[in-house]
Amino acid sequence: MAQLNMVQAINQALSLEMARDDRVLLLGEDVGRDGGVFRVTEGLWERFGSERVIDTPLCEAGIMGAAIGMAAYGLRPVPEIQFLGFTYSAFEQLFAHAARLRSRSRGRYSCPMVVRTPYGGGIKAPELHEESTEALFCQVPGLKVVVPSGPYVAKGLLLAALRDPDPVLFLEPTRLYRLLREEVPEGEYLVELGRARVARGGNSVTVVAWGSMLERVLKSVEGYDAEVLDLLTLNPFDSEAIVKSVQKTGRLVIVHEAAKTCGFGAEIAATVAEEAILHLRAPILRVTAPDVPVPLAKLIDHYLPGAEQIRNALDEVLQY
Amino acid sequence: MPELLLADFQIKRLEVLNEKGEADPELLPPLSDAEIWRIYELMLLARIFDERAVALQREGRIGTYPPIRGQEAAQVGSAFALTEKDWLFPSFREMGAHLTLGYPISQLLQYWGGDERAQKVPPHLNIFPFCVAVGSQIPQAAGAALAARYRRDPVAVVTYFGDGATSKGDFHEGMNLAGVFNLPLVFICQNNQWAISIPLKGQTASASLAQKAIAYGFEGVQVDGNDVFAVYRATRQAVEKARSGGGPTFIECLTYRMADHTTADDAGRYRSAEEVAYWGERDPILRLERFLEGRGLWSPQKGEEAAAKVATIVDDGVREMESQPPPAAADLFEGVLATLTPRQAGQRKVR
Repeated sequence: MAQLNMVQAINQALSLEMARDDRVLLLGEDVGRDGGVFRVTEGLWERFGSERVIDTPLCEAGIMGAAIGMAAYGLRPVPEIQFLGFTYSAFEQLFAHAARLRSRSRGRYSCPMVVRTPYGGGIKAPELHEESTEALFCQVPGLKVVVPSGPYVAKGLLLAALRDPDPVLFLEPTRLYRLLREEVPEGEYLVELGRARVARGGNSVTVVAWGSMLERVLKSVEGYDAEVLDLLTLNPFDSEAIVKSVQKTGRLVIVHEAAKTCGFGAEIAATVAEEAILHLRAPILRVTAPDVPVPLAKLIDHYLPGAEQIRNALDEVLQY
Repeated sequence: MPELLLADFQIKRLEVLNEKGEADPELLPPLSDAEIWRIYELMLLARIFDERAVALQREGRIGTYPPIRGQEAAQVGSAFALTEKDWLFPSFREMGAHLTLGYPISQLLQYWGGDERAQKVPPHLNIFPFCVAVGSQIPQAAGAALAARYRRDPVAVVTYFGDGATSKGDFHEGMNLAGVFNLPLVFICQNNQWAISIPLKGQTASASLAQKAIAYGFEGVQVDGNDVFAVYRATRQAVEKARSGGGPTFIECLTYRMADHTTADDAGRYRSAEEVAYWGERDPILRLERFLEGRGLWSPQKGEEAAAKVATIVDDGVREMESQPPPAAADLFEGVLATLTPRQAGQRKVR
C-alpha cells in the first residue's frame, strides 16, 4: 500500500470517481491547467479534459450557482472554492438554493454536489485564507459538512460524499495537506458520512476534535487515559458516539480551532447536556480560538489552540 | 501615440406591432391565425389569472402576491417560443410564462397561498422553482446550460429576471459565464421599469439594459415588451441560436409594471397616476386585439367570449387549489435530505 499525503489521497478519490461516473465534473478557479492552488486536482485536466475539469472565471457565487444548475440537470459537479474565506460571497447560492432545492421542489430537483474548499489556520497565508467558520454551515438544514483529519479518511469520506444524493461541504484542513502521510489503499473504499471514529481509546475523559485539531489533540493527550473521537462529519454529527463515550468517561473536552461563541463545540456540549448530563463528573470544557478574527501569521500561534491549553483542560476536568 | 478606437457598438430595438395594432409585414413572425389566437388566449389567461390572484389575496384566500399586469406580452410572447424540453429559470413574476408552458393554475395559486408542495414542478416541464432571491437564478441557469452542452442536448436554457436584478453581482457572474463559455442560454429581462420604488434610472446609468450584453461579448437586443410579436420573434431567434450552438443572447423586454410590486405594496407612494395612465394606453392586450380586429379575427363579442372561456379555466384552478387538504406537520421534513438525519427523523416523529 502506498504512503500518501492528503493532497494525493483526495486527488486519487476524484480521479477514481471521475473514471467511474461521467456525471462527475470539477469546476473552479485554477483547478484545470494549474491543478489547483494546492495541486489537489493535478493531472485531472490532462486526463479528463477541459470539459470535465473546468477552469472558471473568478466568481465564487457564479461557480456555486453554476454547480447548482449542473446538479439539478443531472450531473454531479464538484465546485472548488479556493479558500473557505471566499465562500462568503457564495453563501446565498449555498444557503438559499443548494441546501433547499430538494425540499423546495419537493424532490423534483436535487443538488448532489460536493463543494471542496481548503480551510483552517497555520499555513502563513494572507487574510481570509485561514478561516474556520465551519459552524456557520452547520446551521443550514439540507447541507452536510464533512471534515477529514488525515489522508485515509479524506479519500473514503470524499468518495462517500461524491455518491451522496445531497450537497456536501467538504472542508480540507490546509495544515494537514502535506503534514501527514498514511497508508492509503489504491482502490475505492467508503468512509460513511455521519459517523465519528475513535481515534484513540481511553476511559477517563472524552476529547472530541476534527480536522487539523485532531492531530494536535492526539499529540497532546500522550500520558492521559483519554478517549479521542474524530468527528469527521459535523452535520449530521455522530451524537450517539459522543454520548456513548461520555457515558463511559464522565468527562468531555471539545477542541476546535474556530472561535468559541456559537462554535460547533456549543452544539456538542448542549447535546451532551441534554442526553448525558447525569453521566458527567466534571463541567464540559471547550478549548477553542478566542472570539476574534483569524489573525495573520505573526499572531496565529496565539490564536490556534495549542497543546498546553489542551492539557490544561484535561487536567482541569480530571480534578473532579 | 494616437488613441485607438478599441470598441464601438450599436444596440438595436425591435418593434413589430405598433400601438394601433399595425404590424410590420417584414418582421411579423410566421405564425398561423390559430397560433396568434392561442397567444391572445394565453395573454387573457395571464391577465385574468392575475386579477383573480389579487382578488384572492384581498379576500385572504392566498398570501402576498406579485402581479404581472402589463407584462403579458413579454411573458407569453417569450414562453411561446420555448418547448417543454427547454429549461426555464424564472424569478417570481413570470406566471405568464408558466401558464404558457402549461404549469397548472391550481399549483401557481397554491404556491402563492403558502403551500410549498406547489413547487413540485410537473415532470414534463423543466421549470425551476420560483426564485425570490433576486438574480440568484441567473448563474444556476448558466450551470444548466453547461450541463446541457456537456450532455449534447439540443435545448435552450432560459432565465427570466427583472431590471432590478441587473444591478446584482449574480447577474454579472451569470452573464460573464455565458459569454466565456458561449453557453446555450437566453437571458430574458423583464424591464418593467420599477424595482419596488426604485425606477430604472436608479438601477443603471446605461441608456439600455440590452447594451450590457456587449460587455460580456454577446448579442443584446431591446424589444418593445408590450409587443408580443417582437418578443416572440426575438426569443425564437435566440433559442434557435442557443440550441444550435450559437451561444447566448440577452433580450431586454421594455415593458411596464402596471400594478403594485406586490399586494403588500402601494405604488401610489412613489409614481404618478399620469405615468400609469400613459402605460395603460399601451396595454399589450389592447394592442393585440387591435391587430386581430384588423384581420377580422376579433370583435368585442369574440373578446368577451374568449375572456369568459379563460375565466372558467381560472375558476376551475381556484376550486382545485382550495380543495387541496392542508399539508401535514410532518411535511416540514419532506425532501430536506434524501434520507433524514437521525435528529431530523426524531423531530419528525413528534410532529
